[in-house]
Amino acid sequence: MMNWLTKFFLPKKEKTQENAQRALLIFENTSEVIQAEKVLQKEGYKVKVVGPPPEVRKGCDLAIEVPVVEIPGILNLLKTKKIEPLDFISFSEDEILKPVDLFNVKDFGEYLMVRAANMKITVDKKTLTIVNVSGGGCPDVPYLASVLVGKNLKDIFSLKDKGHTLCGYALHLAFKKTKELLCSE
Amino acid sequence: MLGIVGIIPDENFPLVYGTPTLVENFLIVDRWQIPVERGTAALIASAIKTLEFLKKPSPLVFLVGDIGTGKGSKVLYRFLAENLSQYSFKTLTFHYILPEIDGCLKVILAIEKFSKKPFLIADAGFMYAVKMAGYANFFDLFTPDIGELAFLADEKAPHPFYTRGFLLSNENDVESLIERAYKHQNAPPYLLVKGEKDRIVFKKKVLLTIEEPLVPELEAIGGTGDTLTGLVSALIYAGYPTEKAGAIAAKANRLAGALACPTPATQISTIINFIPQALQRLID
Repeated sequence: MMNWLTKFFLPKKEKTQENAQRALLIFENTSEVIQAEKVLQKEGYKVKVVGPPPEVRKGCDLAIEVPVVEIPGILNLLKTKKIEPLDFISFSEDEILKPVDLFNVKDFGEYLMVRAANMKITVDKKTLTIVNVSGGGCPDVPYLASVLVGKNLKDIFSLKDKGHTLCGYALHLAFKKTKELLCSE
Repeated sequence: MLGIVGIIPDENFPLVYGTPTLVENFLIVDRWQIPVERGTAALIASAIKTLEFLKKPSPLVFLVGDIGTGKGSKVLYRFLAENLSQYSFKTLTFHYILPEIDGCLKVILAIEKFSKKPFLIADAGFMYAVKMAGYANFFDLFTPDIGELAFLADEKAPHPFYTRGFLLSNENDVESLIERAYKHQNAPPYLLVKGEKDRIVFKKKVLLTIEEPLVPELEAIGGTGDTLTGLVSALIYAGYPTEKAGAIAAKANRLAGALACPTPATQISTIINFIPQALQRLID
């Protein structure tokens, strides 16, 4: 923790005032990002999942954008949950990539297909059964599809805990949006 | 030999390699029985159906279980890096795997040791890794859908999830995305772009567009892109020139879909069973 605080209070690189206000938490893998996001949101932190800048990118990664001033509290909380980031970095707006927040909905009559980023989920509108999952290229997609197909949207089920990659995260967004659209009443 | 590399969505499935058989809706490899659902199993099943029709030998497959944690993918990357050069392939197709630049580069190094470089195809996670590693030109064919094409076109995107601005691109944007993917050297010589219209592209020129039969329900069915990659891999391995292989594969995939009279709830294994019938109509 001391290293973190040293880095936080004594930044070596020059930073603009604007850049110094936010930072990215970098994790070992996407599963940890998803867990950390869940923990932090539950505690009321305003955090956002984003793409890390190229120099710290390993592949299929996610990072969490957090307000710099809240880093000590965030790190303490994550430590109690045994989720510790590898590093944190300050960033400029043009260095990071924002995940897609657009959805596309296609109505097939009896079925509704919802797309988030590259992932699509199709549901029987009458029974609310998930009938198909398509799109995506990460290795949790076939697994998540096998878990989801046949499930009912109203079942108590957290997809977020089962996804490990960006495609899994996109599928979680599509799942959430589908629930909003079909289970809102 | 046609080689196929990918993952199976079962974390208890170890690294397995061998020549699979297709029995009803299951792949049998070694002592393992794998249900043909979407993903690499669907790709392999469609390749087997195509090769049976063409009276060619079944592929050699390299599989590992991975549910997205990347543990299986790491084992597979390592195995391929250390062992791939012992084999000889005419065509080699890479599919689902956790995109990881280091692992991908080691596999590429192993491929460079082949005395004769195979025709290299990449789709899904491995295609993402190849693009991120900057080795798109080392491959011969990518088979992206439009979202993945947008990712190839975005020189900064590490994954389709982050593709700037044009992720929900529609058919009208495809040609500009193709142009951009080649401009930034993120596309191999051939692309087979899957979508409402399938396009066969060579060095940024669209050679052919296939749009019939149009079956809108196929977009919802998980695995239709996987079967198309399986079809084109098998046809290229069987000796069809890439452009013709792409055209037959795209038409056969659509036709098999149409013959299944699908709803958005139809499963991919149903469509795979119609591949021989579709090929029969397209190949003398």
